[in-house]
Amino acid sequence: MAYPNTFRYTTEHEWVAPQAGKAARIGITDFAQHQLGDIVFVELPAVGTELVAGQAFGTVESVKAVSEVFAPVSGRVTAINTDLVKSPELLNSDPHGAAWMVEAELSDPAQAAKLMDSGAYETFVAEQDAAAH
Amino acid sequence: MLAELGLPSVDELFSHIPEYCRLNRSLNIPPGQAEADILAYFKAAAAANAPGFTSFLGAGAYHHFRPAHLDSLVSRGEWFTAYTPYQPEIAQGTLQSIFEFQTMICQLTGQEVANAGMYDGSTALNEACMMAARITGRSGFVVARSVHPQYRQVLHTLTQFRDFPTVEVGFTPAGTCDWDALRAAVTDATAAVAIQSPNFFGSLEDWETAAEIAHARGALLVAVITDPVSLGLLPPPAAADIVAMELQGFGIPVGFGGPYAGILASRQKFVRSLPGRLVGEARDSDGRRGFVLTLSTREQHIRREKATSNICTNQALCALMASIFMATYGKQGLRELAQHNLAKAAYAAQACSQAGLEVLFPSPRFHEFVVRLRRPLADLEPALTQAKLIPGLALHPDYPELGHALLVCCTEIVPRTAIDSLVAILAQR
Repeated sequence: MAYPNTFRYTTEHEWVAPQAGKAARIGITDFAQHQLGDIVFVELPAVGTELVAGQAFGTVESVKAVSEVFAPVSGRVTAINTDLVKSPELLNSDPHGAAWMVEAELSDPAQAAKLMDSGAYETFVAEQDAAAH
Repeated sequence: MLAELGLPSVDELFSHIPEYCRLNRSLNIPPGQAEADILAYFKAAAAANAPGFTSFLGAGAYHHFRPAHLDSLVSRGEWFTAYTPYQPEIAQGTLQSIFEFQTMICQLTGQEVANAGMYDGSTALNEACMMAARITGRSGFVVARSVHPQYRQVLHTLTQFRDFPTVEVGFTPAGTCDWDALRAAVTDATAAVAIQSPNFFGSLEDWETAAEIAHARGALLVAVITDPVSLGLLPPPAAADIVAMELQGFGIPVGFGGPYAGILASRQKFVRSLPGRLVGEARDSDGRRGFVLTLSTREQHIRREKATSNICTNQALCALMASIFMATYGKQGLRELAQHNLAKAAYAAQACSQAGLEVLFPSPRFHEFVVRLRRPLADLEPALTQAKLIPGLALHPDYPELGHALLVCCTEIVPRTAIDSLVAILAQR
């Protein structure tokens, strides 16, 4: 699966997609969902929660593990993806689209620009794959 | 072993322990003795345990009859697997027993999921409150004063250094929770409302009213039950969101300090917040029925410090005793057992009234009731000891406002003659 070039990525395998103004959507990458396997449960924060870059804001549970999801950037949650809560398997089928996790009003949109772009992230996951084999 | 470790002496083995923490003398115990002498010593000590006495003590520890096959069944070698196996699926028999235990607990409590066991009822209450805090994202607890005082103490101990403000709500002259006070105490910051029924005084609380008050402010209702035998007769706390129950009454002997066993049961929608082990039914690759540990991805051996709970031990042996007890009595038997308890306590309470003693709290009750004595219990102790009676629990230390009140429990094993003797002594002027 291709990594959208409008997104920014973290070494913890989250993505952030800038929207209009200070808004952005946050999710986990195709690499992350592949590592986790079949996803059975997603726990998201309440609307209004303050996200702090680098701190856990939710959990993703697959048949083999429960993992924290870390905020790639700081901001306040303005919406959560209730479809994803109802159908966690969306994370396996469409991690960069329908399976967005939260929408946030970023406190500093410039934070996102410091993260990896799609090219850098592709190189990063290729290294991860190589290290694993 | 020292040579293997490359250490010159036993002292060296403990070198990492600071000098001032070490015991630099022999233990203050007698020298070794012959086995026969030790047996004689303990037989003499056991004789001091009031043999032949009839006990009216309840208050969270209930003396029910234990069928003889309980101990022979739980002692079978098939159960000797590790009590909390980390490769659990190799012990299908153990998992099946836990699965059946969970199923029976759900049927009994009117809940949808039950875990494999907790330490005891009081820590189950604490875990239920923590679970409610996780689910609601709130931190306040409102607890009725008619909940067992020691359960409230345990909750206080485990929450006092964390940010979980807890308020207590009093009881009415009927001996049940003061609903108006409860309504006033529950706020939008309340995570859990904890109510016990039968409560500490033996009186029945109304689960529906408690649930309505809790839910009106978005809090969860935690139902506390100290004797599971009560569920043989009383409707299950189906209105509750979480049930925290003590299981000792189901075939676990009354010991000095335990063991006890607790249980948490709840709704399917809260299953991911439920601490402890959960066994599920599954099919193996050949389609045969089998059992697995479910949701163990949230447990401490996988999730470490992020686990749902780190104090939840699987009280497998005690849970097994309870399972055998439940299977032995069955639905009808458990009902009859509960009826015997109810009838004995009703007889005793009536006898107290007829003897001119004041029985407090007129509300419906199960197998415990509170009677007010004319003078301190200590004055009656010589007569009680002579009659080989343990009268019950003096409530003064926990409820000084009740005066010389005595909590009396009558289970099925208390003979009517003992009840008559007890009442005669308590009624002495």
